[in-house]
Amino acid sequence: MSEVHTHDVHAAHRTAADFAASLEVGRLQTLALIAAVVGIALTLLGAFLDIEQFFHSYLIGFVFWTGVSAGCLAILMIQHLAGGAWGVVIRRVLEAASSPLTLLVMLLLFIPVVIGAPFLYEWTHRDAVQANQFLQWKAPYLNLPFFIGRTILYFAIFGALSYFLNVWSNQQDNDPANGYIYERQMRTLSGPGLVLFALTTTFASVDWVMSLDPEWYSTIFGILFMGGWGLSALAFVIAVSVFLAQRRPMNDILAPAHFHDLGKLLLAFVMLWAYFSFSQLLIIWSGNLPEEIPWYLRRYSGGWQVVSIALIVFHFALPFLLLLSRDLKRHARTLGAVALFVLLMRMVDVVWLIAPEAHRGHGAPSYVGHLNPVAILFGFAALIGIGGVWLALFAWQLRRRPLMPLGDPLLEKALHHGHHHH
Amino acid sequence: MMNEDLLQRDDRPIYGLMAEFDTPTGVVNAARQAHDAGYRQMDAFSPFPIHELTEAVGAKKTRLPLLIFLGGLAGCIGGFLMQAYMMAVDYPLIIGGRPLVSIPSYIPVTFECTVLLAATTAVVGMIVLNGLPRPYHPVFNVPRFELASRNRFFLLIESTDPKFDRDETKLFLRSLNSREVSDVDY
Repeated sequence: MSEVHTHDVHAAHRTAADFAASLEVGRLQTLALIAAVVGIALTLLGAFLDIEQFFHSYLIGFVFWTGVSAGCLAILMIQHLAGGAWGVVIRRVLEAASSPLTLLVMLLLFIPVVIGAPFLYEWTHRDAVQANQFLQWKAPYLNLPFFIGRTILYFAIFGALSYFLNVWSNQQDNDPANGYIYERQMRTLSGPGLVLFALTTTFASVDWVMSLDPEWYSTIFGILFMGGWGLSALAFVIAVSVFLAQRRPMNDILAPAHFHDLGKLLLAFVMLWAYFSFSQLLIIWSGNLPEEIPWYLRRYSGGWQVVSIALIVFHFALPFLLLLSRDLKRHARTLGAVALFVLLMRMVDVVWLIAPEAHRGHGAPSYVGHLNPVAILFGFAALIGIGGVWLALFAWQLRRRPLMPLGDPLLEKALHHGHHHH
Repeated sequence: MMNEDLLQRDDRPIYGLMAEFDTPTGVVNAARQAHDAGYRQMDAFSPFPIHELTEAVGAKKTRLPLLIFLGGLAGCIGGFLMQAYMMAVDYPLIIGGRPLVSIPSYIPVTFECTVLLAATTAVVGMIVLNGLPRPYHPVFNVPRFELASRNRFFLLIESTDPKFDRDETKLFLRSLNSREVSDVDY
């Protein structure tokens, strides 16, 4: 098969200059910083209106953008393990989105969550714990020092994986002749790395989100986050790739065949998210146990049912049906629009996971949720604020290196994927 | 300029003309040139899948994806209605104090029925649209055609093509660096 297009594989050595990011990426960085300032100002305004609401909004922004970084790290490791042209063309985007610096900044952005812990987590209240036997039993795990220590450990694990994958990737760029050696190193790290990712994500989801209702538990919760974070990451990567594909140098590289592959992955992740989410619902709904069902009752009352239905229709059904189309997946701009829409629905999903837990009232019967439009608005303000900081870091990291991994053994193959006849 | 053997042919109608190539590049380029020359009723044969070849012969889009979608949709609606009929009409049975039509408990079977009918439509639809089973096909009248499953590549232009002319098409196929051009008898 390779014989067919050997004639257009020119063995010319490609240099960093061939794949330098265009000026628009710099403009993206400036725009992101403006969004950060506006978003953070709006979020802080919310703090004066309702401090408890403020911290929930902040947690929404923190969990979502940490998720994009962690998801990109996971997809980066998956592409090192699985190989393939689809991974080579998005590798730099994945590396920039999960860079050690980004993860360090996200860890610093966790400080407000620690400050706001008394407003977020019932288990930080001594009197609430003493009044509740379940919380006493959980106290050895759910206490503030251990909680902070664990979060530092999560970021240390993500950071270490990201550090080595980025450093080896740089070395590979500078030494393309030995590209396969670095590729083997990265592959070797990625196997155990994915196991660590799964464990870290599970614990992080329990700590940051599940413990908002300390009496509630769902054993699939961590997996729900893995699928959700993977979907966020993939949708983000596709949106960025479409942006890059409109400009030099990636307009010569990214072809319909690449977007077709990425679109198929997006479809798979959309289905995966729906599958995990429904699994949790089916089991808890069937059991209908008093310690499990309130979590859903809160999301099926007080207006939240509208958001719940919207998630089924717009987070699953609509993207699923659209992504079935081959033509749509091969058309960069339409696929980009669907990816942005999925990214928006990912945000709504994180709002849906966190916001109904606000104002539960300590010790009060805990299934009275209220859909507060203001809460959603400030939730999105935090998403924009933290997102602006995150995106500025991303654009900066992306510009620092060529947009294609120069030393990747699959580079030529990836460049010609979908460019068979010219 | 006409070759001798072209003038000496008999007048039996033929199924088409088949050109043989040594390399995948050869057959892909030939298919592209034939397509550019205006030929549409053609087919190509290779021992292994060549993605570009499908595009080169100008293969039309198949209706199969649409059929599979409709099959899946029928499975989805049918599976749901089947359960609703059984659980709420034919043999109403209250389980766990829930309404007779409880959507969450119907989803797994609805999903399975969707997959079942979509997959069955895919297999059956592929066989029917390909015109299978087909015990006889004229291409096997070319003795060397068996090499298509080994190491040779073939391009066939059918006589039903509006542009098909036994002499001109044969000359055209020869001009494409083919090894050999043979008549395909009915």
